[in-house]
Amino acid sequence: MADGPCTSGEPGPGRGLAQDRRAFLRSCVAAGAAPLVAGMVVAQEPAAAEGPARYDPREHYYGMGVDVNKCIGCGRCAEACKAENNVPRDAHHFRTWVERYVIQAHGETEVDSPNGGIDGFPERADEAGVERTFFVPKLCNHCANPPCVQVCPVGATFTTEDGVVLVDEDWCIGCRYCIQACPYGARFMHPVTRTAQKCTFCYHRVVQGLVPACVEVCPTGARIFGEVHRRSSPLERFRRFNEIQVLKPHLNTDPKVFYANLDGQVR
Amino acid sequence: MAGRFTPRWVSAIPQQVWRLGLIFAVLAAGLIAARRVLVPENFGARGHYRAEAVDTIVAQEIRYAGHAACEMCHAPIVEKKSQSYHRGVACEVCHGPQAEHVLDPIAHKPPAPRTRAYCPLCHGYDPSRPTGFPQIDPVLHNPVRPCITCHDPHDPTPPHPPESCAACHGEIARTKAVSPHAQLPCTQCHEVDRRHNVSPRQLRPTKPTTREFCGQCHAQGAASAPEIPKVDLAAHYPGYVCWQCHYPHHPEAR
Repeated sequence: MADGPCTSGEPGPGRGLAQDRRAFLRSCVAAGAAPLVAGMVVAQEPAAAEGPARYDPREHYYGMGVDVNKCIGCGRCAEACKAENNVPRDAHHFRTWVERYVIQAHGETEVDSPNGGIDGFPERADEAGVERTFFVPKLCNHCANPPCVQVCPVGATFTTEDGVVLVDEDWCIGCRYCIQACPYGARFMHPVTRTAQKCTFCYHRVVQGLVPACVEVCPTGARIFGEVHRRSSPLERFRRFNEIQVLKPHLNTDPKVFYANLDGQVR
Repeated sequence: MAGRFTPRWVSAIPQQVWRLGLIFAVLAAGLIAARRVLVPENFGARGHYRAEAVDTIVAQEIRYAGHAACEMCHAPIVEKKSQSYHRGVACEVCHGPQAEHVLDPIAHKPPAPRTRAYCPLCHGYDPSRPTGFPQIDPVLHNPVRPCITCHDPHDPTPPHPPESCAACHGEIARTKAVSPHAQLPCTQCHEVDRRHNVSPRQLRPTKPTTREFCGQCHAQGAASAPEIPKVDLAAHYPGYVCWQCHYPHHPEAR
């Protein structure tokens, strides 16, 4: 990165004056802005106290665990998600879905997810050449460093204080930048409202003390919901007792959906 | 610009600078006015977003009431289910979203899937499912009859739980039956916890880990029947465990 306006680098030869001027301006701005900032904080106090009753988002930080070894590919999570969140009932729009990985003996990997796994998976004819095969539930990873939030030009997608990435559908202009930016394909354009939609961790349930609908209905307990970095939470227990991986760690998105027993071929 | 009473330093500012300053002032005022109009009122109150968007999302209707809501009224069924293989399966997996039923139990009755099509969503055989998860072939397994004629969904213990290893490990059992090891029980070589029948992946059977284990019968000088092939353990490919080369369940185990 080039030196931004806030970078405090060592003044190189011939840059001493610029650095001095920058420091001077910064101190001027700080001195002028301090009373303003103080006034804003005071003005916001009552608004912050009004929020959802008895729920303080600053006390929470949510994540999800997925045990790939437990997923039976029944697709109940995708079905429950559609029922809970009014997701369009077609085969192209999902907030969560189940992928079937089939890794052939000669190394080729095939992935399919017909209707998100809701209606089951068609039988394969070529079982003989298969080396290993398994199901992987997918959803928004609620990245701590979300590329979708960075690219939104109007601030319509954001991370809440409890670590959930949400979309403000009344403010979204439908430009699809976030859909392009998401490396996990977790976002889609709602065909009716023409706004971006995605998994919300069932935020409306979570603030009421319920777990997300997909976690509620998972019959094998393959999905675990809880708080990151709170030792008593089921998610932290899951992370202690399993070797954890995340999807596409090289992209530095810092996902908060943690996978156990994840095959190296999963992308 | 400069009147009679203006200080000297003001009148010293050239006219073009005044004009430039005016343009900047108009631009700044325009920017402030545009922000007033375009940026929503509570944008930035909690972060770089409209704070009231969270309230809109929180106000969304809940459809799945959650398992705790079922427990309040249906104690006998919950108790029965909690002792069964389906103890981890929430009621709403099969009965669908029931928040409406919780609010008005009379008007909204939960549906129950009674057809043969529903249970195989989880229990139909699929090679991608984890080994040990109970699966059946819907075509061969007691055709036509609905699953609930034999299995109570709230306590689905099958009428005949697997007793022998062959119930699940049929392929191994069939090859072993025609191999030289046909007479040996599985437990000769594998230590199996009794609970392996219930949770096969949590308690896996052991495998022989040493050459000496096979050597009990196959080492030179072992006190076993003379027709059993014997090797010199010290000279015969040292450093390998026997089953790395000899698959003990196969007819051609040698």
